[in-house]
Amino acid sequence: MSARVLVGVKRVIDYAVKIRVKPDHTGVVTDGVKHSMNPFCEIAVEEAVKLKEKKLVKEVVAVSCGPQQVQETIRTALAMGADRGIHVEVSGKDYETLGPLQVSKILAALAKKEQADLIILGKQAIDDDCNQTGQMTAALLDWPQGTFASEVNIEADKLKVVREVDGGLETIKIKLPAVVTADLRLNTPRYATLPNIMKAKKKKIANVKPADLGVDVSSRLEVLKVDEPPQRQGGVKVETVNDLVRKLKEAGRI
Amino acid sequence: MAAARVLARGVRLGSYSIGRSRSLIFNTVQGRGIAACIDPSIGLTDEQKEFQKVAFDFAANEMAPHMAEWDLKEIFPVEAMRKAAQLGFGGIYVNPDVGGSGLSRLDTSIIFEALSTGCVSTTAYISIHNMCAWMIDTFGNNEQREKFCPDLCVMQKFASYCLTEPGSGSDAASLLTSAKLQGDHYILNGSKAFISGGGDTDVYVVMCRTGGKGPKGISCLVVEKGTPGLSFGKKEKKVGWNSQPTRAVIFEDCAVPVTNRLGAEGEGFNIAMKGLNGGRINIASCSLGAAHASVLLARDHMCVRKQFGETLSNSQFLQFKLAEMATKLVASRLLVRQAAVALQEGRPEAVSLCSMAKLFVTDECFSICNQALQIHGGYGYLKDYAVQVFIYLFIYLFIYLFIYLSFVFFFRY
Repeated sequence: MSARVLVGVKRVIDYAVKIRVKPDHTGVVTDGVKHSMNPFCEIAVEEAVKLKEKKLVKEVVAVSCGPQQVQETIRTALAMGADRGIHVEVSGKDYETLGPLQVSKILAALAKKEQADLIILGKQAIDDDCNQTGQMTAALLDWPQGTFASEVNIEADKLKVVREVDGGLETIKIKLPAVVTADLRLNTPRYATLPNIMKAKKKKIANVKPADLGVDVSSRLEVLKVDEPPQRQGGVKVETVNDLVRKLKEAGRI
Repeated sequence: MAAARVLARGVRLGSYSIGRSRSLIFNTVQGRGIAACIDPSIGLTDEQKEFQKVAFDFAANEMAPHMAEWDLKEIFPVEAMRKAAQLGFGGIYVNPDVGGSGLSRLDTSIIFEALSTGCVSTTAYISIHNMCAWMIDTFGNNEQREKFCPDLCVMQKFASYCLTEPGSGSDAASLLTSAKLQGDHYILNGSKAFISGGGDTDVYVVMCRTGGKGPKGISCLVVEKGTPGLSFGKKEKKVGWNSQPTRAVIFEDCAVPVTNRLGAEGEGFNIAMKGLNGGRINIASCSLGAAHASVLLARDHMCVRKQFGETLSNSQFLQFKLAEMATKLVASRLLVRQAAVALQEGRPEAVSLCSMAKLFVTDECFSICNQALQIHGGYGYLKDYAVQVFIYLFIYLFIYLFIYLSFVFFFRY
């Protein structure tokens, strides 16, 4: 198959880092904090590389939007087996307000430009938990979508996707080209091997600006305030059911 | 085990603790915490950061959860090490044409430092294995390299380094194991002591006497397990480091083909010492990983433990102690990395630097780990808390690769 897969990867604060809110409450501290690839994006890259190894797709292209540092994230994708990378340069204020709508516009434009047949994304990013980019990208391209995928199989020109939904597992068949978003149990991402990391150095990362793709990255949303969740209060033990009912009434809960 | 998971969490880079008292060990001017200033990825190239990331991830996922079990049950973790070898950790500085990864000494140091955050004892064994593979790669002829290195690089076979004898530790050149030439074989007689991996490994790089007294009479032979006349002593009961078995290696009229000799007769001591230079950097790197983990554990404990009505992180004395620990760690890391670069470039001062690195770093890192344990107070002595693991590890690190021999080399050579 001569399919080309576009994989979106996002650079986020590492999952193990304890998050601090900035003193001015405009966001969280990112300076000097360890960042890494969004775990769901790792799963997306792994799935794309697996498809390439099964010879079901020809080329895997890793894409990331952001400032210079996102090249590290693209390199990690290359070390895992992606063939080349595209760095969409977005920095400064634009980067701070970059959200799913702008990213999906960028991905849609890139998909057309690169003539991609499949887009695989992580289901959501662990910093904003939006769970919107995949769906919006599919809508902009008017492509079918298989979200929360825990299994993906290519059968001729169709994609069989098993989705993890609230009611259980749903299996759908969608036509290619399509957008798939990866859920946790889709696969276990591989470690990059030392030889692959060295090979990744030679792989190309192209630089593109959103304007070149005809995308306006200005945001219609403004973040007013960011706060820590309230400190957890201790609970109260009660002796009888009547006490419980009385306390709930006092607290205005019933 | 809970402690292992705490350890795996604690060593994540750039992790801050939540808590009101954290502001006092957080630089409010620069907005950076202690974890940022001791970050081991400072000054590295992008590629080195990738190597380090893989090693950290591997250590956290494949080694740290099992470290306590391996130590308690004295398991030699063959499967985990083979997984590491698949990533390229079996022959890190061995040439790619025989299956190695062809990286530099500095890359190697970075990798071992990160791996040791998962299990110091296993990482130290992996570093010995790497040292042996390198010796065969560097001093062996093509037949020997092609025979041994590919299997060693993927850890299909494991290696041990045999220099020390019951009667020769620091005075390594006085070793007695004899190798008498008979036709196309050397007949070995003698014994080696404290051999890491001994009995469980497959390939033994043995320094033995083919000539007269002193260093010039020593040659290096590769002996394979199963050779008649090769046997092993009982497994030593060690205070720690139980994920690698330690046994005496005994030669009784053990016939080894001349084709297994690395280099020429009389070059053995030179080969042994060259291997040890890298070995010292590797072991110093393992110490760094342990010390880094200890600093983060101490920091976390200080943010949580309260005495005299406030958290320990409010105590100026302990803040100074933590700052000293951080300083020692960064200084140690710089020395190790400098020594690694010097060795890679073949600079004349490389041997001294490697010896200095081993000497200084094990001392300083021990002090860091000890301090971290003290900060934990009584809790530091409990096995549920990860911090105690490092102390008895260090007792071995002092001895390992001859701390006194390090002194000797520093001054004599």
